[in-house]
Amino acid sequence: MLKLENVSVNYGAIEALTGISMHVKEGEVVTLIGANGAGKTTTLRTITGLLEPRQGRVVFEGQDISGTPTHKLVARGISMSPEGRGVFANLSVRENLQMGAYLNKDKKKVAADMERAFTMFKRLKERESQKAGTLSGGEQQMLAIGRALMSNPRLLLLDEPSLGLAPLVVHTIFEAIDEIRGKGTTILLVEQNAHAALGHSDRAYVLETGRIVMEGPSKELAADPRIKEAYLGE
Amino acid sequence: MSTFLQQLINGISLGAIYSLIALGYTMVYGVLKLINFAHGDVYMVGAFMGYYLANGLGARGAQAIGQSADGLIARGLLGSGAMEPSLITALVVMLLAMAICAALGVIIERFAYRPVRKYSRLTALITAIGVSLLLENGGQVVFGADPKFFPELFKKRNIDLFGGASINSADIIVLVIAIALMIGLQLVVFRTKTGRAMRAVSFNLQSAKLMGINTDRIIMFTFALGSALAAAAGVLVAIRIPRIDPLMGILVGLKAFVAAVLGGIGNIPGAVLGGLLIGITETMVVGYLSPTYKDAVAFAILILILLFRPSGLLGSVAQEKV
Repeated sequence: MLKLENVSVNYGAIEALTGISMHVKEGEVVTLIGANGAGKTTTLRTITGLLEPRQGRVVFEGQDISGTPTHKLVARGISMSPEGRGVFANLSVRENLQMGAYLNKDKKKVAADMERAFTMFKRLKERESQKAGTLSGGEQQMLAIGRALMSNPRLLLLDEPSLGLAPLVVHTIFEAIDEIRGKGTTILLVEQNAHAALGHSDRAYVLETGRIVMEGPSKELAADPRIKEAYLGE
Repeated sequence: MSTFLQQLINGISLGAIYSLIALGYTMVYGVLKLINFAHGDVYMVGAFMGYYLANGLGARGAQAIGQSADGLIARGLLGSGAMEPSLITALVVMLLAMAICAALGVIIERFAYRPVRKYSRLTALITAIGVSLLLENGGQVVFGADPKFFPELFKKRNIDLFGGASINSADIIVLVIAIALMIGLQLVVFRTKTGRAMRAVSFNLQSAKLMGINTDRIIMFTFALGSALAAAAGVLVAIRIPRIDPLMGILVGLKAFVAAVLGGIGNIPGAVLGGLLIGITETMVVGYLSPTYKDAVAFAILILILLFRPSGLLGSVAQEKV
């Protein structure tokens, strides 16, 4: 479904990604783990067209999408819950979800999708008309994921959904990820919380200073002594 | 009392015009975080477009410099052309000038600001000053440096109010049109999908893109909208005080910018409030202190607001919760 071929990305003179290649198959949950500054967010931003690769290509469903503007990729079925959530603080929860359905002209479908988001995250229903800026971090994360789902993506990118959240909330978020996956959406998950990420994904890539250093089924990586030492703190 | 009432009426009328211009500053700042210093000059172009359209449409053109505006008004109107001066003419002139300036705004955005968007904000700011100089000097070449007198588009008369104050019919019409435009803008921004997209872009550009919003198109639309309002202000000013020249946008533009900062830059109701406050303060200073300080007062307000409330009256410092 998604393929990165030898992709390099620069921020000015600084190389953030050095020739990374990876792929995500339809129906999979793939996770990208690594330390701060390893290039995880850069990878997602490149896939969504917010950054342009210096070399290499990004292929989605057989077509080269490198350099395609973000809004066109959303129309093609890629959606992202960005780092730091990026909710519209001055808009209500409901309006935020409506923004997620910006491209959908079918009002009935939008209403149904919104109900689905409220069923998945009951907390959002309770806060429906509250400004998003007044929500807790966990609720904002739920909103960011719910909003990303409003465009009915085939590929959902999640950037650090557990960052800064209490363990109980992290649990809720990962339950939601399982649920989304159960409904057939392909997911690429970026996480620093390697333990949870490996427990809820099929395959994983390990990113270190802009390079992919390991890859394999999540279960195998979780058992790998190098991963255990560097990322699982065991 | 009558002085106060008179100055208040004048101030509201002047302030409504500042508000219209300030809205353009604040909307563009909202979506691009750019102070569009060429905005005041778009207002000037709007006034000139109004001038040419009004003459073209057959209202009687004023002749040359050296004749007082009062003299021109006293001599009456009723032109030789196809259309009689009337409110309808005034509206048609204004709407056409708005359309032309909307296109000008789009061109400025597309060819001056978009190419430098990926560089620092300072680059964009310097570009804006460059565009401003281009319009001012280009205006002197194209329109001529001499002031021109805006034709009278409808018959003005004074209406006496209680307390000895009077209001000119032109002021009433200026105010009504300005209010109608501001209500229209409010509807566009808060009731339409494009308006929602504008607000999304101004809150968070990256998130807006991720919603599937074509942000380039929204930015372009914002420039069109702001420029159209500036053009309306240009025509309305010329209706009140019919003397226009290619540098007329400099001072008014700066004052409208101060109005936007006073209200809280990026905040739409703030721009309206700021414009009215600047307009009223200015006419009060003229009425009670001295006309000498007329132009200084806006900048005194700017200094005070930057010292004591840099986010403006209605602006708030955005807080992000973790």
